[in-house]
Amino acid sequence: MTALVSTARSKGRDRGAAVRVEGVSKRFRLYQERNQTLKAAMMRGGRATYEDFWALRDVSFEIPTGGVFGLIGQNGSGKSTLLKCMAKILTPDEGRITVNGKISALLELGAGFHQELSGRENVYLNGSILGLSRKEIDRKFDEIVDFAGLDQFIDTPVKNYSSGMYVRLGFSVAINVDPDVLLVDEVLAVGDEAFQRKCDEKFADLRDAGKTIIVVSHSLSTVRTMCDEAAWLEHGVVKEIGVPGLLIEKYVENTHVERVAAEGGGSRWGTGQARVEKVELLDEHGDPVLRVRAGAPATLRFHYETQGPIVKPVFGFGIHRIDGTHATGVNSRETIVPDRIEGTGHVDFAMAALPLVQGSYDVTVAIVDDSNLHTFDYRTKALRFDVGSGRPREAEGVFAIDGRWSFES
Amino acid sequence: MTTLAEYRASRELLGNLTQRELRGKYKRSALGWAWSLINPLALAVMFTFVFGVVFQARLAPVGNTELEGITAYPLFLLCGLLPWAFLANGVNGGIGALVANSNLVKKVYFPREILLGANTLALLVSLLIEMSVLGVALLLFGNVWLQFLPLILVVVALQSVFVTGIGLLLSALNVYFRDVQHFVGIGLQLWFYATPVIYPITLLGNIADREFLGISLLSYYKLNPMTAFVEMYHQMLFFLQWPDWELFLYATFCSFAMLAFGLYVFKKLEPRFAEEL
Ligand SMILES: Nc1ncnc2c1ncn2[C@@H]1O[C@H](COP(=O)(O)OP(=O)(O)OP(=O)(O)O)[C@@H](O)[C@H]1O
Ligand SMILES: [Mg+2]
Repeated sequence: MTALVSTARSKGRDRGAAVRVEGVSKRFRLYQERNQTLKAAMMRGGRATYEDFWALRDVSFEIPTGGVFGLIGQNGSGKSTLLKCMAKILTPDEGRITVNGKISALLELGAGFHQELSGRENVYLNGSILGLSRKEIDRKFDEIVDFAGLDQFIDTPVKNYSSGMYVRLGFSVAINVDPDVLLVDEVLAVGDEAFQRKCDEKFADLRDAGKTIIVVSHSLSTVRTMCDEAAWLEHGVVKEIGVPGLLIEKYVENTHVERVAAEGGGSRWGTGQARVEKVELLDEHGDPVLRVRAGAPATLRFHYETQGPIVKPVFGFGIHRIDGTHATGVNSRETIVPDRIEGTGHVDFAMAALPLVQGSYDVTVAIVDDSNLHTFDYRTKALRFDVGSGRPREAEGVFAIDGRWSFES
Repeated sequence: MTTLAEYRASRELLGNLTQRELRGKYKRSALGWAWSLINPLALAVMFTFVFGVVFQARLAPVGNTELEGITAYPLFLLCGLLPWAFLANGVNGGIGALVANSNLVKKVYFPREILLGANTLALLVSLLIEMSVLGVALLLFGNVWLQFLPLILVVVALQSVFVTGIGLLLSALNVYFRDVQHFVGIGLQLWFYATPVIYPITLLGNIADREFLGISLLSYYKLNPMTAFVEMYHQMLFFLQWPDWELFLYATFCSFAMLAFGLYVFKKLEPRFAEEL
């Protein structure tokens, strides 16, 4: 699975960047006193009193074709501004942005609907704004309404919609125009559970079709599980770009948000005669990663260090979903118990197909002796990793049950 | 940059926005479309009462018109009033075009000029309907103007260009200075009386011959592009004459100059629309 993904991505690279941002700066005018009158302008001698505020400063990066790209950063760091520049709603003061293919954007609340018009009229209006002909919209109309789940309300003026309904319709239009690049700014959180799942599926479809999705989100777990790559903006400057897992660790470290839930928030006890110094998650190539796809081969590696020899140690680990649900726990007692270990080394637990469903997980690890009388080390939240959507794509709960369907008639 | 291809792709959008204007305009009003006719008729009745009945003003028979007596004045009036309303509504709608659609401008990209195009087109539809009704009335009263139809349509098209140009200019300025709309309110009043809508241009009489800086007042008066437009409508629909070619050339020039200027200012200010709204 991971292999599939990586070829898809390298193929994407060959096709060039979906979005290329080159040295983009954006300046806003902060008016001391917003006074949009001629009188005010004349009293100032024709010059408005404003201060320049750089919301983006020399931002450069490339977003490869295919896959989901995340933008994270604190409030006011310029994420929405960057998306709006990509969507051509704002014009950068410096630099340029090249987008390959049709772009469709769903920005903050509201898709640019006209309040007085019905959902139906807005679908046509918005569709034509996004470059669809009437015929094309006719063809897609049912799909759009169906996806939004608003059949009953489609002839109601959108001003009477709830904010969730509003977003659903906007999203449905934006996604059904078959964009090559889809921009989504912090809107998905408004939809209910069922709708979010639909969106995730649609994202997966788009990704499979080689399309590019760019999401802004404050939900770090969404970014972790959904994105292939992410950029971290701070005060209008790109701080770092990389794999979401690592990037988020650093971001959290740096910004002190969600620290409790992050790595290092765990507890530890035990005699200390043997300690698990590090837990790693390896992908099928044996490279340490923080994110794997569901159903992909994976190995958990526990690096230990002892003070003196340890006789018949038993290694065990547990995996918890970050909401605390205990997903699984196993130990090595019944399979392999070495007579003794000493010094440093590592123990591997290899899985042919990781049975966890999409989400974020924490690993708890322990070393005890064979009799269970001594706990040498017990460490919660020793590693946090993410499971991205993979095989099966649609799975709920904690683990993906292994089995085969067959039909008889 | 807005490319030609984008414009072409936006034709559909122009159609949809125009429809929206048309539908939205009389939504929730019982009489709906009828208002489009009632407004000018009410004005015509009012002016006819003031000038025709109170002041006993009579139009001097000029040209080939068959019209005279009490019916002449309201018909004459409407020939100029309907195009004037096209301008006035176009200007008022144009000023607000960006501000009223800020929701769209701030959320989605499309060539913003389209909003002004839609404003003009929607009003053009009303104008054509109103003019058709007036045209039938004129025919019923014996004024056969049909031979001028092609040229009338050309003049209407020119006026649409003119209105769009003003709309582009004012809508862009209004994003930055909201009191543009108040100035324009006053400006339109003055402009109305400076245009031969409620009176024939001949009424200016001797005043017109007086000179200012060696140029007759009439020449100043004729600098007003709307004078040219309204005069052409009067000449063709009411007096059944071919319009003066200077008028036609001047109107053409003004229309395209206005469009170019409006577009220039609009493009200059456009990059910051989304953030200033
Ligand atoms: N139209 C505007 N005029 C002036 N300043 C603006 C304008 N739009 C945004 N800004 C400023 O630019 C900065 C970046 O805003 P932006 O909306 O891009 O932040 P963000 O990263 O999306 O934040 P959030 O996480 O809260 O959505 C903010 O400081 C904001 O005040
Ligand atoms: Mg934002």
